[in-house]
Amino acid sequence: MRNLPVLISGVLLGLFGVLGAGLVGLSHEGTAERIARNEREALLHQLHVLVPEEQIDNDMLSDVIEVSAPDALGAEKTLVYIGRRGGQPVAAVLSPVITQGYSGPIQMIVAIQTDGRLAGVRVLSHRETPGLGDKIEVERSDWILGFAGKSLLQPAPSAWQVKRDGGAFDQFTGATITPRAIVGGVRAALEYFGEHKLRLFDREQPQGEKTNG
Amino acid sequence: MDDGYRNIVLGGLWNNNQALVALLGLCPLLAVSNTLINGLGLGLATTLVLVLSNVSVSTIRHWVRPEIRLPVFVLIIASFVTTVELVMNAYFHGLYKVLGIFIPLIVTNCAIIGRAEAFASRNPIPRALVDGLSIGIGFTLALVVLGGGRELVGQGTLFDGAQLMFGETARSWRWTISEDYPGALLAILPPGAFLGLGMMIALKNIIDKRLSRREKTPAAHAEPVSV
Repeated sequence: MRNLPVLISGVLLGLFGVLGAGLVGLSHEGTAERIARNEREALLHQLHVLVPEEQIDNDMLSDVIEVSAPDALGAEKTLVYIGRRGGQPVAAVLSPVITQGYSGPIQMIVAIQTDGRLAGVRVLSHRETPGLGDKIEVERSDWILGFAGKSLLQPAPSAWQVKRDGGAFDQFTGATITPRAIVGGVRAALEYFGEHKLRLFDREQPQGEKTNG
Repeated sequence: MDDGYRNIVLGGLWNNNQALVALLGLCPLLAVSNTLINGLGLGLATTLVLVLSNVSVSTIRHWVRPEIRLPVFVLIIASFVTTVELVMNAYFHGLYKVLGIFIPLIVTNCAIIGRAEAFASRNPIPRALVDGLSIGIGFTLALVVLGGGRELVGQGTLFDGAQLMFGETARSWRWTISEDYPGALLAILPPGAFLGLGMMIALKNIIDKRLSRREKTPAAHAEPVSV
């Protein structure tokens, strides 16, 4: 049996493979539910910052519609969360991806009320330059809060640009590209909402909530 | 503590500090050291993996044939890292969001397989445990100092994001130099990590030189006095 050592090694290696996979499998089993809940809660928390819990009575995470508008919203598929109260739509939260930033895609959520005014805008993730472009984060600057209450009527569509381009929105010292991209992205989201508002809101209630009320 | 353990601890913390002397694990070290809390988080995760892998490698050291020891070590380390990643995602979700993409990098941290091969596979379990802990803490300290330094120079704060790790009460730990600190981009971007690490290595060498000089000088003076 010249091959015995090789065989033993092979079996041992296989054994460790099984052990390792078992450990990973067990910890996955033990944590999967909690991880899913964490992610759900984190997203729901983000949504409720823009569309406060008191204003709606539905579960926005399950009242969701998938749209495809790569030109206006950046990605092939974009999720739109709908907030309703008593069955009546209150706001839609679009989740566009902006690709005109300084480095890499910028993921955002844009909450728009039924009257077309912005409930608010937040950046979920980005890779803009630290110290310059990252003022779009609400933790670092109040700039992003300035969108609340604005619409395509106020300011006028032509003013939906940064000040350097003749618009109504501030740019940052040393960084124009990032705020320009955000302003353009929010404007595109508002325009998309204006064109597709009825289709976004007018649909069957999710299961278990089919009321007229 | 006998001399053996003393040497292991001192080696891990200072003489053989993986970040400052062995220069191992630089990829995660440089990538994640932009704030103190990030450095601490990755350091603790690395320490946990180091201890787990050192102990298991030491436990099986008599059964694993030499020709398959490296793949076995890699299997062990990868399983532990994945487990740590899952547990972190489940119980420290905020921190996981910040460090998440760097946790798998622990697998590529040569310091861990380096200790498994150079130490744990040749030493009994208690010694391997102490070694893993010391090396891990030494690595964590280097990460915390580098992260703290970059955070202080780069954005003028310390303990930014502490709430991700220690809960909401830690939000108030955040310390700011002054509200209108202009920030220094260089320190936050990758070059800042290289510069900072270089300065830390230089500082360590200076201290070592001073220490060895001091050891020599008294010895020279002591000679004539000795009876």
